[in-house]
Amino acid sequence: MRTLLDFERPIAELEARIEEMKRLAAEKDLDVSSATAVLEEQLIDLKKETFRNLTRWQRVQLSRHPDRPYSLDYIQRICDDFIEIHGDRQVGDDKAIVGGFAKIDGRPVMIIGQQKGRNTKDRQFRNFGMPNPEGYRKALRLMKMAEKFGVPVISLIDTPGAYPGLEAEERGQGEAIARNLREMFVLQVPVICVVIGEGASGGALGIAIGDQVLMLENTWYSVISPESCSSILWRSWDYKEQAAEALKLTASDMMGNGLVDGIIPEPLGGAHLDYDAASEILKAEILLQLDKLEAIPAERRIDQRIEKFSGMGVFVE
Amino acid sequence: MSWFTRKDKGIQTPTEAKREAPDGLWYKCPDCGKIMHTREHKLLAYTCSNCNYHERIGSQEYFELLFDDTLYTELDAKMSSGDPLHFTDTKAYPDRIRATEKKTGLKDAVRTGHGKVNGRDLVVACMDFGFIGGSMGSVVGEKIARAMDYSLAHRIPFLMISKSGGARMMEAGFSLMQMAKTSAKIALLDKAGIPYISLLTDPTTGGVTASFAMLGDFNISEPGALIGFAGPRVIRETIGKDLPKGFQSAEFVQEHGFLDFIVDRKELKDRLASLLDIIWKG
Repeated sequence: MRTLLDFERPIAELEARIEEMKRLAAEKDLDVSSATAVLEEQLIDLKKETFRNLTRWQRVQLSRHPDRPYSLDYIQRICDDFIEIHGDRQVGDDKAIVGGFAKIDGRPVMIIGQQKGRNTKDRQFRNFGMPNPEGYRKALRLMKMAEKFGVPVISLIDTPGAYPGLEAEERGQGEAIARNLREMFVLQVPVICVVIGEGASGGALGIAIGDQVLMLENTWYSVISPESCSSILWRSWDYKEQAAEALKLTASDMMGNGLVDGIIPEPLGGAHLDYDAASEILKAEILLQLDKLEAIPAERRIDQRIEKFSGMGVFVE
Repeated sequence: MSWFTRKDKGIQTPTEAKREAPDGLWYKCPDCGKIMHTREHKLLAYTCSNCNYHERIGSQEYFELLFDDTLYTELDAKMSSGDPLHFTDTKAYPDRIRATEKKTGLKDAVRTGHGKVNGRDLVVACMDFGFIGGSMGSVVGEKIARAMDYSLAHRIPFLMISKSGGARMMEAGFSLMQMAKTSAKIALLDKAGIPYISLLTDPTTGGVTASFAMLGDFNISEPGALIGFAGPRVIRETIGKDLPKGFQSAEFVQEHGFLDFIVDRKELKDRLASLLDIIWKG
């Protein structure tokens, strides 16, 4: 059963009408192809129109769509021979971050991603995609291993935030994220980061320092979620739409402000409508970026990575 | 006859020009209620003579405490916030900045300076909680990054005094990237072998904890300081339980292995100098 967002409903209704017409035609052996062709054209126009004019809040809704592909959905489709690697060698294995060696189009990579769950049980198992410190430490261990074997790192970001729990504090959530930031800057291998869903604050940034930081079309990336921003600045949860507008958190906003390097398009209507097509586009982009980045000597790549982030900020002197 | 009738309405004297009012002569400890003369309180580095409560202080007070003869060169003193996102919540961001500047006399939530500590060169960046909760936007990130560049160029050890609620929401994505920027500079300090001491003071939370504050060669703190990633309220709401006593205090954080030592503010300067004396030949 598909979950429909408000603005997806007119599209789904039109789709249902076309299906119904085709079904009836088949039953009564009638030719309705010219009529359905008109409606199908209308459908495409409606989709284009709807998705061209999405508000920032609607993008946030799409990024959290319950049917949206998660890290493992992409990994399954773009990688051959994914060998998952578990644990941080200290306290455990965080299920909110997955990672392992794999091949993309025959090329070895280390692919890491924040992982959400699809149903209630799975969501709990994945802690709603909110990593604990051991998740960030596992990610760093995997990245260091990739560096050792000269394999580039692909990082998929999709988290509502680092987990704000008691044990997370005891085990140093802040320290774990901070260390990743520092260490990712000096990784000798190419690092490509892609926001595939939600990019919430430090929890996202903790695996998002890269030579190329890209965002899928219907994702968000900012310092805080619209809901939390609303609750702090407006002292109420009701201003999430305004907060989303104010935060300028969409892919095109972030690109426009020079805070990410590129936007990866999704199939019309969103990645959740066609996992295979979305994965194909992502895979092609990763391969393209790998070619570019591998042509740059490691030291220069690191310098450029540091310079890029050092240039971010707006101030008056 | 203007000396008989008031020409201008209201009180015109700016706060700083006012004579010290008698009630400013006394400090009451918010923790134990002990009443002290402000002069005595200042002599004790703004700690309570009875219970050792460490009052929150700003960059001006830290610079006075640390730098020999209070002599230092301030770096990037004029830098102030832009409004890249035209952010408006209940108030437009530039108005909030101007109002805070006026109220605090500061340009933003961090000041950076170079001076001597017991005769040894030190670059210090110190945050001011009074400026929008010590929040980190572009100016905070850039000033820290530049002060670190200064440390690198002159090969001088770096002291970061953190005091912040985290990243500044009004600069959204820009604020977030300051975490990355400052961490990049720390990687460079690390590579160059220059000591980086991080002093986490009350309170240090959010994106500041999750970037430069936790990346010191030495992470140190003051007694009783609140240090954490998520704020206590958020954690309480998440787990639906009351938090244990002393949770996220400096002592708690040290017990869990994330602080090297806790130093009484009265001994801060001498302790820093002793530490640098051992590790730094520069």
